[in-house]
Amino acid sequence: MLPILPLLSIMRYWNPLRVLLVLPCLLLSGCDWVVLHPFGAIAKQQGHLIVVSTILMLLIVIPVLAMTLSFAWRYRASNLEATYRPDWDHSTSLELLIWSAPLLIIIALGAVTWISTHTLDPYRPLAALKAPAEDSAACATPLVVEVVALDWKWLFLYPEQGIASVNELVAPVNVPIRFEITSSSVMNSFYIPALAGQIYAMPGMQTELNAVMNHAGIYDGFSANYSGAGFSGMHFKFHALTQTDFDAWVRQAQVGGTSLRKVDYRRLAQPSEREPVRRYASVEPDLYEAILNQCTQADAVCPRALPAKEPAP
Amino acid sequence: MRELLFGRLGWDAIPWHEPILLGTFIGVALGGVALLAVITYFKFWGALWRDWITSIDHKKIGIMYVILGLVMLLRGFSDAVMMRAQQAMSFGDSAGFLPPHHYDQVFTAHGVIMIFFVAMPLVTGLMNFVVPLQIGARDVAFPFLNNFSFWMTASGAALVMMSLFVGEFARTGWLAYPPLSGIAFSPDVGVDYYIWSLQIAGVGTLLSGINLIVTIVKMRAPGMTLMKMPVFTWTALCTNVLIVAAFPVLTAVLALLSLDRYAGTNFFTNTLGGNAMMYVNLIWIWGHPEVYILILPAFGVFSEIVATFAGKRLFGYASMVYATVVITILSYLVWLHHFFTMGSGASVNSFFGITTMIISIPTGAKIFNWLFTMYHGRIRFELPMMWTIGFICTFTIGGMTGVLLAVPPADFVLHNSLFLVAHFHNVIIGGVVFGMFAGITYWFPKAFGFRLDPFWGKCTFWLWLVGFWIAFTPLYVLGLMGVTRRLSHFDDPSLQIWFQIAAFGAALIFLGISCFIVQIIVSIRRRAQLRDVTGDPWDGRTLEWSTSSPPPAYNFAFTPIVHDNDAWTDMKNNRYARPLEGFIPIHMPKNTGAGFVIAMLCAACGFALIWHMWLPAAAAFAALLVSIIVHTFNYDRDHHVPAAEVLRIENARTLSLSGHV
Repeated sequence: MLPILPLLSIMRYWNPLRVLLVLPCLLLSGCDWVVLHPFGAIAKQQGHLIVVSTILMLLIVIPVLAMTLSFAWRYRASNLEATYRPDWDHSTSLELLIWSAPLLIIIALGAVTWISTHTLDPYRPLAALKAPAEDSAACATPLVVEVVALDWKWLFLYPEQGIASVNELVAPVNVPIRFEITSSSVMNSFYIPALAGQIYAMPGMQTELNAVMNHAGIYDGFSANYSGAGFSGMHFKFHALTQTDFDAWVRQAQVGGTSLRKVDYRRLAQPSEREPVRRYASVEPDLYEAILNQCTQADAVCPRALPAKEPAP
Repeated sequence: MRELLFGRLGWDAIPWHEPILLGTFIGVALGGVALLAVITYFKFWGALWRDWITSIDHKKIGIMYVILGLVMLLRGFSDAVMMRAQQAMSFGDSAGFLPPHHYDQVFTAHGVIMIFFVAMPLVTGLMNFVVPLQIGARDVAFPFLNNFSFWMTASGAALVMMSLFVGEFARTGWLAYPPLSGIAFSPDVGVDYYIWSLQIAGVGTLLSGINLIVTIVKMRAPGMTLMKMPVFTWTALCTNVLIVAAFPVLTAVLALLSLDRYAGTNFFTNTLGGNAMMYVNLIWIWGHPEVYILILPAFGVFSEIVATFAGKRLFGYASMVYATVVITILSYLVWLHHFFTMGSGASVNSFFGITTMIISIPTGAKIFNWLFTMYHGRIRFELPMMWTIGFICTFTIGGMTGVLLAVPPADFVLHNSLFLVAHFHNVIIGGVVFGMFAGITYWFPKAFGFRLDPFWGKCTFWLWLVGFWIAFTPLYVLGLMGVTRRLSHFDDPSLQIWFQIAAFGAALIFLGISCFIVQIIVSIRRRAQLRDVTGDPWDGRTLEWSTSSPPPAYNFAFTPIVHDNDAWTDMKNNRYARPLEGFIPIHMPKNTGAGFVIAMLCAACGFALIWHMWLPAAAAFAALLVSIIVHTFNYDRDHHVPAAEVLRIENARTLSLSGHV
């Protein structure tokens, strides 16, 4: 455990490292490397992890590259001053070193992996995460959003608010969001780089993602798994609003739009590309369960016995 | 009746309305006609049939594999250029020049072709050519099977090529994940072309794997214990073990997918209990070992080259062997890292992440072993050695980004991004492609008796190396900007510059490939100056350099006896004298056209099945069975090279050797 502790502290206070990283980035002018500079707490930790792992590996990669070039130069055939030992092919201490050096790095990285994979498990409710000082609201009850990947657009259902939207995701900042994700036809991957890592959207199955956004703004979201002809246009905007603005948006949606019934859903689920943003003031009860159980057809009988939601592992 | 005969095939299957395809087709047709005319004009047909198509000589089969791989490289690379051009152009209002319908086929075909019909034939070809020579054998264990395997691979490649002009290829990505690849979402012939070309080529790969395992296990020269085997042979052994263990999984999973598509079963559908996750698991249980199938022989090539050009025994032979074996075993325990984002629990994800990282330990040890082989060496920077240094520098970075992707939370943000695309090209180009170029340059004089022209070779090397980094560094950057792969259109204009840089890199690689073709032409024209009569142009260390270049059909007049790891160096140090008399007749296998015929019938059967042409499919299948049965009655399978003939060949070599000295 000992070598891990300083690494974990690096993960927490990584400002000097950020400078190191930003430097080459600045040289390349544009600095919109959203994966390394996201705005959600989860994505931030994932971004840190990339930096920490890279630095850990550079500990061995840089010497290897330096040795390659220096050995190649030093022992070039024309350099007759260099030692030449054609039969030297073994050294127990060197062999120990070349196996143990990568081993040590991997032990450190493996520990980081084990810990971070568990703390950043997308299924893990954010309330269980120790909330950083700045977002005390992280302990609040999460907002539930049911996400359905359709050919080729995204449907977002807000069960608590009773509304739905197409190709537009809206959520308050500093409130944990629990996404329950499925797909209507083929595999997709639900990904908002600024918010958190992606997770597959699969038909007949539900995956889950817990995340929180800490800065108001408009961010890109898209499918990160190829899903057919309309895949390139399968993106949406994620609007992170203050709680007041979010409440206003919900009220507006509740009065403004039409209702989303199974029959509307079936029409919506037909393949189409680059759908404009659409909102629904109300949603037929159990629509999401029906989508998840693939029984939205008029004559389909939804299996009651099936557990609608997979238990979180 | 028409349905039974022609199935879904009609005139509308020909892509008349696609100018790019039509142009390509006209080009290919004219080129093909020209090639046939040349062959006819110079009366090459007989020689082609006798000496190549029906040949069961492992050297010729190896060469044919490499030629197949290089030809398909041109096709796969054309796809790459089209993708790079499309992504560099298609911003905002511009939709580029490829509609999604075409673009999606292009990236699918690029992946399938590069893995199955470029990398695999190149790797198999090198193993076929080199392994029997390295272990002092006269051919592989099952020479007919070898010929058959090659033609099955070629048949698969032919089917993929046919999809370009008749019908279309899959639009699913190179692993054809269902439900997208199922009949409901891909009702056309694309996925069927995918399935049958891989199934047919897969039979070839599997049989060639069995063949080489048996060859290595049973046919080594006396004295060559396992721990005295050249490292390339070791990596070939491990690779073929991987092939034999992994390819049946691919065959099975594709068979299940075909049942879903043809027979209406529901293994991977959304309904009736089907589960697409099963396919994803199975295909990667094959797919991950597959990448080691490709890279291990490249590791072997570099091991041979480093030792030869450093003029030194390979450092840490035993740990090199153990590292190879450990990688072989571990490659089965990591498949889930291709889909951490599927929602497995944290413990499962970390298990597979950590096993993946563990592979970097033996791989790191290998890199250090090459470094310490250079250490205290006397390195000649011939072309193969340049590729090796280029490989170490490039591959190390690729390995690093790979370990990064093995950290599940990092993978959540980088999965399916262009960072991932950059990573696997970093290891496949930096590892496998560089390895194959190194190997081809290294063993070319053995195969043809003259070296490749070094000037054009250097142009090839530098253009590939620089081109690779210019083409793929932008993709790493784009991946960190959260740009995902397989997009045919972008909205954000600030990204365009990166794609343009990447396209420029691809243009450099294009020049690199052109230089390679020029290199071969120039080398053939200058073969008199580049001639090597010694059979040992690089001061080699293993047995293949002890025989003439090109080797006689029987490889070795007398089976060599091995006393040391570097058998040929040991023989040279002990003033080995080439036997000049006392030859005895040599027992050799006889050429046969059966492999070619059976493989072509397989291709015909596959084509008929793709188009649901049930009658022709049944006819081809019946013909296939008959030809197999007929072949089993062929007892005329071997002959003896008379002692006088051996004496004549060996005397000719003595003459040319003395002329040289």
